[in-house]
Amino acid sequence: MKFVPLIWAGLWRKRTRTVFTLLSIVIAFVLFGILQGVAAWLSGFGSASGTHRLYVVSRISQIQPLPSSYLQRIARIPGVHQVAEIAALVGSYQQPSNAVVVLATDPRRMFELYPEWQVPQNQLQQLVRSRTGAIIGARLARLYGWKVGDVIPIHSSVLKNDGTSDWTFEVVGVYDSPEQPSETDRIIANYEYVDEARHFERGTVQAFIVDIDDPALAAPISAAIDAQFANSADETVTQDEKEFIQGQIRQLGDVSTLVNAIVGAVFFTLLFLTGNTMTQSVRERIPELAVLKAVGFADWRVTMLVLVESTLLCVIAALLGLLAAAALFPATAALGIAGTSLPPKVFVIGLLIAIALALASGLPPARRASRLQIVDALAGR
Amino acid sequence: MTAVVSLQKIAKHYVRGAQRVEVLQTLDLEVESGEFVALMGPSGSGKTTLLNLIGGIDRADQGAVIVAGESLEKLNSRALARWRAAHVGFVFQFYNLMPTLSAYHNVELPLLLTNLSKSQRATNVRAALQLVDMSERATHRPSELSGGQQQRVAIARALVADPTILVCDEPTGDLDRTMAGQILDLLEMVSRELGTTIVMVTHDPLAADRASRRLHLDKGRLFTATNGLAA
Repeated sequence: MKFVPLIWAGLWRKRTRTVFTLLSIVIAFVLFGILQGVAAWLSGFGSASGTHRLYVVSRISQIQPLPSSYLQRIARIPGVHQVAEIAALVGSYQQPSNAVVVLATDPRRMFELYPEWQVPQNQLQQLVRSRTGAIIGARLARLYGWKVGDVIPIHSSVLKNDGTSDWTFEVVGVYDSPEQPSETDRIIANYEYVDEARHFERGTVQAFIVDIDDPALAAPISAAIDAQFANSADETVTQDEKEFIQGQIRQLGDVSTLVNAIVGAVFFTLLFLTGNTMTQSVRERIPELAVLKAVGFADWRVTMLVLVESTLLCVIAALLGLLAAAALFPATAALGIAGTSLPPKVFVIGLLIAIALALASGLPPARRASRLQIVDALAGR
Repeated sequence: MTAVVSLQKIAKHYVRGAQRVEVLQTLDLEVESGEFVALMGPSGSGKTTLLNLIGGIDRADQGAVIVAGESLEKLNSRALARWRAAHVGFVFQFYNLMPTLSAYHNVELPLLLTNLSKSQRATNVRAALQLVDMSERATHRPSELSGGQQQRVAIARALVADPTILVCDEPTGDLDRTMAGQILDLLEMVSRELGTTIVMVTHDPLAADRASRRLHLDKGRLFTATNGLAA
């Protein structure tokens, strides 16, 4: 601790340069924190749900429709507790950039399958009774200012029987999901209404969601469902929820590799920046370091002073960057791409990277400081 | 009286480009405890080299350098650093204070290498600053001090760990006559009242007059001011 004033003074010797270096590192760690947070969240996505929910989709492609008649056959398979169909209606509200997804389903069964989605019972009853009704996610309600009683127009590429693509839904309720706010960006509507009103692909669904009694039996039940439709025109593939969602994420590309590549490039550049700062800082202080050695500071102590200085610079900046990332991270949840809090392991990895960065950038100037000859340094040679 | 500095048949050379420059040649010197010795001589005569050998920041090519009872040529780099911290105080021509530290923290530097507590260090620093009449400027940085004041702080830094010997390289070389006089008064006082051995390199005959013994170095050989070869 007694060396702190000396190290701190060295760090702030050139205030402007230190501030700019600090800011560069802070920004790099903000980027690191958010990207790693998103990657960590994506890799863990759906894990909280366990395997009691299965997704049944077409073996050919997830967007290939399946006959809605499969529902009854799936429901009869032993171990299946509940099944709901989903037909997705992708559209936009007022302008193309306001994308919304309507999940046409049996609302009662759907909310039974997702007990974490909270909706007042009277609103659910109202949806069951109202053919064109819809229960909207809390985030959509906040985003567009929708409330119960509003009639919302959705423009979709799905053609209706009347030749238009404009769908209307009457808001009868709002559901929330405190654990997974990103799941409240949907509209739940009646399957019968959507299926009867659309011109194409009637009697089909995109997927079935299956609730099973015993998660331990997920594999045999999945196999039994797929066996039921084997060798038919519409074969199925059944996965647990986590597998299904991660499969969808994988379609975006290898997020983890992409994130690591971006972060790696940023830190590689940062290594030169901090290395340059420390090298300049030591070069400017050669006479001062020589004086320290003259008054009795051993070579190893001078090495440590430079290394601690670079570590302090990197760790302080990394901490600030990670704290900023943690503060900004909930905003990514609002956008629906990540969780609500930065995973603690991102902090740990970030700080370890900061220390490694400090050592890698501080070691060459520290060695130079350690090796300098007092007499030559004092004489300016 | 006992010899604090004993140099025996010292030789030192430098290589400048392709040239080998013999700086010191079979030089002998003894400095008694409490002596105030002035080293004079033309530029390039080896004064600073001799001072550096005594201060343990340079090594002789041959011969024995015994200072404060220690044969410096036998010490490795780490032991030599420890020895310097315990026995030597340096005063440089251009003060060489840390520009980012206050006078207080500059003076405290040598004490950071000791086991003294914070309060003990504070007591010693205050005493050293008081000795050089700089207590009022303890919080000032070097850039806020005049040359003479900076040199006072440098002397306080050199004295704060109670060294056996003070080595001063042109301590008044960058100061005007008045300031130089004050610094020399201070060094005289240190020599007289603290009994600290001082070896000072200077070009200034008036500064050398303050010393108890004057030595003249020329072409690597040492002469007394009046009696010819010193040894």
